[in-house]
Amino acid sequence: MSASLPAVSRLAQPAEGAAAKLSSRVSLPRRHSFYEAMWGWALIAPALVFLVVLFFLPVIGVFVIAFSDWQFGASSLSFVGLANFREVIFDEGFRASLINTVVYVVMVVPGTVLAGLLIALLIESSHSCRALYRAVHFLPFMATATAMAISWEALLHPTIGLVNHSLAALGLPVANWLRDETTVLPVLAVIGIWQNLGYAMVLFMAGLKSIPLDLYDAADVDGADHWLDRLRTVTIPMLGPVSMFVVIVVALRAFETFDTVQILTQGGPGHSSEMLLYTIYRESFEYLRAGYGAAVAIVFLAIVVALTLLQARSMDKRVHYQ
Amino acid sequence: MSAIRLSPAAAILRHGVLVLTSAFILVPFVWMVSLSLKSPGEIFRATFSVLPAQFYGVDNYAKAITSVPLPRYMGNGLLVCALILAAQILVCAPAAYALAKLKFWGRDFIFAMVLVGLLLPHQVLSLPSFILCYKLGILNTYLALVIPYVVSPFGIFLFRQFFRKIPDDIVHAARLDGLTELAIVWKIMVPMALPAVIAFSIFSVVAHWNDLFWPLIAVRDGHLMPAPLGIMAFKNEEAGNDYGPLMAASTLVVAPLLIAFLAAQKWFVEGMTGGSVK
Repeated sequence: MSASLPAVSRLAQPAEGAAAKLSSRVSLPRRHSFYEAMWGWALIAPALVFLVVLFFLPVIGVFVIAFSDWQFGASSLSFVGLANFREVIFDEGFRASLINTVVYVVMVVPGTVLAGLLIALLIESSHSCRALYRAVHFLPFMATATAMAISWEALLHPTIGLVNHSLAALGLPVANWLRDETTVLPVLAVIGIWQNLGYAMVLFMAGLKSIPLDLYDAADVDGADHWLDRLRTVTIPMLGPVSMFVVIVVALRAFETFDTVQILTQGGPGHSSEMLLYTIYRESFEYLRAGYGAAVAIVFLAIVVALTLLQARSMDKRVHYQ
Repeated sequence: MSAIRLSPAAAILRHGVLVLTSAFILVPFVWMVSLSLKSPGEIFRATFSVLPAQFYGVDNYAKAITSVPLPRYMGNGLLVCALILAAQILVCAPAAYALAKLKFWGRDFIFAMVLVGLLLPHQVLSLPSFILCYKLGILNTYLALVIPYVVSPFGIFLFRQFFRKIPDDIVHAARLDGLTELAIVWKIMVPMALPAVIAFSIFSVVAHWNDLFWPLIAVRDGHLMPAPLGIMAFKNEEAGNDYGPLMAASTLVVAPLLIAFLAAQKWFVEGMTGGSVK
């Protein structure tokens, strides 16, 4: 999903509309227009059918299920208004899930963005080993999360894990990281940062490359020749719009965390590491509470849509800086 | 940034910090491979090292591919990724051409539908998709793993962006040469937008090779499981205690994408960031 998001917002660029108008003025002779329209429909028909069947009918379906008493296997349903949402909102499990997800995102986003920015700045500050560092930091973003979660579980194992061994060797307190209510969410957040910082890094590196070099020359002339001055007067201000974009893209990825919860904690202990996607999965497909699952899915959808629209707006602003 | 020459102290500091962050990144990978080479006795010993005292790799990897059908899981993953990607390109490229180069009634509305589709996460649609697969009688088949993904709004959007940059004159010339519109899509547009096709292919394959959420819902039969679901089942079966073979299986599942990434980094970075990084 996340990779689709930068694309959405490019739409917002005003140049596109103008280009469309321009190309329509140099249109084909009239006799071709019927032929062209027929081909247009023929070529788009398969995609259109699948879009309707696989995206639009299902999204309507989620709303129907959320606002009705439909259950798996039921042949009829009646609308019950907000009953499912009322049940969800007053359910301790859902509230824990929503709060955990927000707390998790609030931990992952600053950690990922700041680490990604720092690493991008350090890597770009010299040519030495640049490609190697970049490749290493990007690895977790592509590695199968399920498999890596199993490795994290071994690292965090209370008796044979490297983490507790190292802490004990340093004389620091150890913990049963994934079975302790107070540590489980921060630990999942560290894994989330580990997964995503390479993504933030490559986005920042692209942002750094797009800063015109003459800005640094101008800063030089104005006496900002120390690296800290250059960072403060040119680099950070010019990265502002990219940073906004990175924050939202990382937030979207953090909201969509599922694999680590499913493999490492199953939402436990208690509800202490339950997050929205896991709740949707468990309620819908393990407990078969369709109405409940659909209501949570709609809450999740609302968050994702709000963030994506925010991102589109932030990309809009980005245009002014380029 | 790159114009600056670092002082020796700054250069050392740079390497110092980056080596530390690299270590943080690499520890889970190194630990995974390390455990996959160790005997159960050594894994549960109080002291440890990265390299195994006694090389147990052959046993662990043999167990990973014989005690569970790991090659089958990986084959399933490959098949599902290939089917999804083929379907996506077959469906999205003609649609993107129609949206980019043809004028027809309803085009703008359909494009708006594509944009709305971009907003909808598959996880939100999973319940109705499950019901759809049930009604079609395809739950617990390869088809169930493929069907929800045969059209990609992102693919249509990305291809359209690239097709628009191809000059109209080329399309007109192709028509004069007698090419049909469908032939223009496959013989002119797709080859000229090959970078977009490659970037999209990497994005698609990485996403579906790694996906756990939908396979967990769509298939129960062990013979149909793609790799992430397969190793999850392996972990549950082993109660998570036989770490050696489990780590060997994890290593084998992660390895193909990481090797491909190291061989073609530029393409992967572009694909994984939706073409926003060149």
